[in-house]
Amino acid sequence: MDLSIAAILAQDGITSGAIYALLALALVLVFSVTRVIFIPQGEFVAYGALTVAALQSNRFPHSATLLVALGVVCFIYEVAATLRSAELRHGAARSLPLAALKFLLFPAALYFATRAAAGMALPLVAQVALALAIVIPMGPMIYRLAFQPLAEASILVLLIVSVGTHFAMIGLGLVMFGAEGSRTTPFSDARIDIGSLAISGQSLVIVAASIILIVSLYLYFERTLSGKALRATAVNRLGARLVGIGTTQAGRLAFTLAAAMGALCGVLIAPLTTVYYDSGFLIGLKGFVGAIIGGLASYPIAAAGAVLVGLLESYSSFWASALKEVIVFTLIIPVLLWRSLTSKHVEEEEE
Amino acid sequence: MKIRFAAALLPALIAFAYAGNAAAQIKVGVSVSATGPAASLGIPEKNTIALLPRTIAGKTVEYIVLDDATDPTTAVKNARKLVSEDKVDLLIGSTVTPNSLAMTDVAAESETPMISMAASASIIEPQDAKRRWVFKTPQNDSHMTTAIISHMADAGVKTVGFIGFNDAYGEGWYREISKLADTRKIKLVANERFARPDTSVTGQVLKIMSANPDAVLIAGSGTPAALPQKTLKERGYKGKIYQTHGVANNDFLRVCGKDCEGTWLPSGPILVAEQLPDSNPVKKSALAYKTAYEKAYGAGTVSTFGGHAWDAGVLLANAAPAALKAGQPGTVEFRRGLRDAIEHSKDVAGAHGIFNMSPTDHLGLDQRSRVMVQIVNGKWKLGGDAR
Repeated sequence: MDLSIAAILAQDGITSGAIYALLALALVLVFSVTRVIFIPQGEFVAYGALTVAALQSNRFPHSATLLVALGVVCFIYEVAATLRSAELRHGAARSLPLAALKFLLFPAALYFATRAAAGMALPLVAQVALALAIVIPMGPMIYRLAFQPLAEASILVLLIVSVGTHFAMIGLGLVMFGAEGSRTTPFSDARIDIGSLAISGQSLVIVAASIILIVSLYLYFERTLSGKALRATAVNRLGARLVGIGTTQAGRLAFTLAAAMGALCGVLIAPLTTVYYDSGFLIGLKGFVGAIIGGLASYPIAAAGAVLVGLLESYSSFWASALKEVIVFTLIIPVLLWRSLTSKHVEEEEE
Repeated sequence: MKIRFAAALLPALIAFAYAGNAAAQIKVGVSVSATGPAASLGIPEKNTIALLPRTIAGKTVEYIVLDDATDPTTAVKNARKLVSEDKVDLLIGSTVTPNSLAMTDVAAESETPMISMAASASIIEPQDAKRRWVFKTPQNDSHMTTAIISHMADAGVKTVGFIGFNDAYGEGWYREISKLADTRKIKLVANERFARPDTSVTGQVLKIMSANPDAVLIAGSGTPAALPQKTLKERGYKGKIYQTHGVANNDFLRVCGKDCEGTWLPSGPILVAEQLPDSNPVKKSALAYKTAYEKAYGAGTVSTFGGHAWDAGVLLANAAPAALKAGQPGTVEFRRGLRDAIEHSKDVAGAHGIFNMSPTDHLGLDQRSRVMVQIVNGKWKLGGDAR
């Protein structure tokens, strides 16, 4: 292993690390705001990637159909919840049309737009935008269906629901996209040569996108009101409710952001590798390792941990490729050991 | 009360009416991996089962298809359900080796013959009290490895780098290749592994290229095997690249694109059925399968994996008349007779080759069951020597 190989492996590791960092941040965000360990995060990656791939090969992405179906079910839930509670019934004249707009009209409009677009040859930016528009609304809808009714349940119950949602989404992914995988065309075929190191334009796009996203997330949490509201909910749910921050809305926002980051990751990795309906899980899991390194609480450490996972994976695939997965996932054990020895034990009931 | 009593009696009466017919029906239980990691193998197999004959030797044939999601525990559960509740006369399954190995116990216990669609030779070798009930239709890895090694030796390849799946498939291929490579004086200079969902194999490819082999063998199946190929081409590898028969489907061509130009792989003849010379004994039966599948599912959809399910049906159709002499369907005598009849299959032409089984060989395929294929202009092209 000489310097040029080490440099190539480092580039590779940082590229995958950037993807894992985005997923780690999404996982930390969702956990800190809603206490849900969001295992289906990887599925959004797969859905985003496969939707773009379907659009590029002029096939209709059935994720649009899933969006419509989820919208209909959410709407039915909303109507049932509104009619059941007396106080909500008073505002029904205003809230139900709004719900219809969100859950019925928007997905339907998107469905027909996709039908029209599937035959045309759209520019790459339009394809990516359409794919993101289809996949991102699934986040809040899944929150509404699976997690909102259980918002006060214990972390274990939420984890089990999370696993169930993951299985459901994987099965739906198989139905929508088939068993075989797809790739998409790269964003850029550029290759920049620095000495003996050839940096591909694709990796630069990925790292740049990750950095921009991380910085925007930071600015969002620091400077905007809704960002601060999310942080408040993350610190103390009850306190946030007392000062008038709606925890349901916070949860919905967190899931929307998580779906957005997941879908974006999918769009970014689709040109690099073949994505299958079930490959999102393993990618999400490696992001989860990064999130664990951050203790599911700290964003910078989670991002750094995820980059470390990417680098470790890259170097161990050179030295001992058969043991690559083992090495990456065994990283969790010393981290957990160190964390459990150094941090105070917090009772979950203390709210 | 009287109505309820009559209502309870009605199903019993209907059951009696049908009981007579049920005995004349041959029941085939199928456990296939239509979901999970082997879905791209299992779905064509499941589609093919729908095309198998519905009457054989005057008896109607019923196929009960269950999905085992590429999970051995579910495969065993399916097998138990099929033999104890549905009382099937033949088990077909499963798509992958671990599932088939697990189902062997159930087949042997219930004395039900089983035809597996999975590739490993360990399913039927060595023959013993349990394995005598199990047959398989896919070519052994050794058929394919001998084809590859002879092609390599003829092309003057002296050193080979290996990169394969880090599971039983990759491991099995490595073992077979290392055994044969020694005999043909070919040296294996690199042994790397990768996982199916990996986003990058740069490290492995760099290690292989630093050993500078004349040829690289990629032992993966389905579209993941395109990743090392694309990475090798990206890194500027100029030697020959060989793939295994696991990639013989059109999705692989779609994903691999230009990077797969000139790749060699062994395959069952079904992949290039129209290109076979008319004198080739497998051409007719392979084309029969291809026509039937594409008529039902569309042009260009045929897959070599579905061919293994077709061959199981062909073996059943060939063996059922002899088995019926031994007993009626639904009885253990029929199942024993069916096992014996399948074991004595002679010159049965299927989609993948000609089957000649014997008590020591429960596969029965020979050199006619594989050809070397090259990817030219994004299509499969039959290689020069069809041996």
